[in-house]
Amino acid sequence: MTSIPTSPARPAATLRLQPLLKWIGIAPFILFALLFLILPTLNIVFGAFHDNKGQVTLDNIRGLFEPSILQAFWISIRLSLATAFFGCLFGFVIAAAVTFGQIPRWLRGSVLTFSGVASNFAGVPLSFAFIATLGRLGLVTVLAREWLGINIYATGFNLISFFGLTITYLYFQIPLMVLIITPALEGLKKEWREAASILGATGLQYWRMVAFPVLWPSLLGTAALLFANSFGAVATAIALTGSSLSIVPIILFAQIRGDVLNDPHLGYAIAFGMIVLTGAANLIYIVLRIRAERWVK
Amino acid sequence: MMRNRFWSLAAIALSAAYFFLPLIGMFEFSLRMKRGQYSFEAYRVVLNDPQFQQTFGYSVILALLTIVLGVLIVVPTAYWVRLRLPKARPIIEFVTLLPLVIPPIVIVFGYIRIYNTSSWLPLTGSWIGTNILILFGYATLSLPYMYRAVDTGLRAIDVATLTEAAQSLGASWTRILATVILPNVLVSVLSGAFLTFAIVIGEYVFAALLNLNTFGPYMVWMGGNRAYEPSALAVIAFIITWACMGLIQLVTRFSKFTQIKR
Repeated sequence: MTSIPTSPARPAATLRLQPLLKWIGIAPFILFALLFLILPTLNIVFGAFHDNKGQVTLDNIRGLFEPSILQAFWISIRLSLATAFFGCLFGFVIAAAVTFGQIPRWLRGSVLTFSGVASNFAGVPLSFAFIATLGRLGLVTVLAREWLGINIYATGFNLISFFGLTITYLYFQIPLMVLIITPALEGLKKEWREAASILGATGLQYWRMVAFPVLWPSLLGTAALLFANSFGAVATAIALTGSSLSIVPIILFAQIRGDVLNDPHLGYAIAFGMIVLTGAANLIYIVLRIRAERWVK
Repeated sequence: MMRNRFWSLAAIALSAAYFFLPLIGMFEFSLRMKRGQYSFEAYRVVLNDPQFQQTFGYSVILALLTIVLGVLIVVPTAYWVRLRLPKARPIIEFVTLLPLVIPPIVIVFGYIRIYNTSSWLPLTGSWIGTNILILFGYATLSLPYMYRAVDTGLRAIDVATLTEAAQSLGASWTRILATVILPNVLVSVLSGAFLTFAIVIGEYVFAALLNLNTFGPYMVWMGGNRAYEPSALAVIAFIITWACMGLIQLVTRFSKFTQIKR
């Protein structure tokens, strides 16, 4: 099949638009993006560096280093790191099983479809599902007590805790990893494996010296994406914990509602801190993704 | 090789346990409302709750309007960029990915700052203004998915030739977009639309911070005040998510037969 160039290189004789006029075609989009995405964000960033009188100041940023705020950032960062790490690990195992495990086709399709659903099943309903399962009256809690005689809450487990949040977040983190990394694994060429084994490499050596060096940008990049994904999650945390766990999105939520702190500019600073962290994580993702695409094509 | 297969199936079985237990848990819990027996009582209570009907209907309308708004913003832009402004592509793509980079809570915080009652455009001051604001907000949230879907769809058709053909028959720009381009990328638009629907229907942060009584805040309120109804709501939400993803699969599979592979 001959491929027709889809690029609009062919000039339509009837319509030679002035260069400037061309940009009018995307003017509505630009206006929309400015009003509802870029200006609101810039307003927050601007507010983070100004005081009530409009003077430039670093006081708000300094406010981030108050113990309570710093503590919240620290919990959020650890939570995001933990869910990114375990999300990548388990997601990778599932993706590898799906790609190399010679499993039936229907099972492979089901795993990928289910991943699509589960990665979007976040927020309020997800936390309800976990409360119904691992909460004090949840299915697993009750069954463990009645069948095995184990009271998991007596062992120190609590769903409304760092550990509980991690388990809950993994429900959308693992499937996201599966969805992103499966194409990368499929991009590993059979020939590389064959070439490696002809040269006498063991399976482990193949993974360590061929597959992993090709995959690591994808792996690390996806970890960064998962980090940002978890850092910005608000609804799941609020529905699960109320406001009993002080993580950054919950503090910011309460701040915007006017419940605590009473210092709007500290709110800007917290929001700015969130942008910096998720922005950095996404930047890492984009850079590594470009790197990864050099091999996996 | 057999060993490989064994470990793969074991890994999938283990993860299936993790992924299905919460689903079974929420379903089982939702049936427990009547003492000593399983019943659909919680669903009956929820479905008959006027608050549920009101907030759910509200969210459905918001989701549908968001889809319309998203299509109106994204389709002409993506089309125009492909046809006349390939130079602008990297910029536009970057902008469409921003909603994934900036946390939604920060975006809505910015809205509250810019569009409050004492600002130049006091959208949050009135009911209709707040609704307009949340619609544009949801269109922003769905932008990454919508734009990628539509852009992929446009790649599969010959935009330039279709446009020239339509122009030589005397069609106007709106006519070209509505009757030539849109039907050709309908499958992509639908995938974007279903995803948007799934996102908007249970959205919490925007609605809660803009003080709108949509389905998301209703679910959180139920979560804080009732025992069994929240699980019933979670089951309903899960079915909606599942349906949206299923419909995406369905339309994409359908498109494989109607579109020429390149």
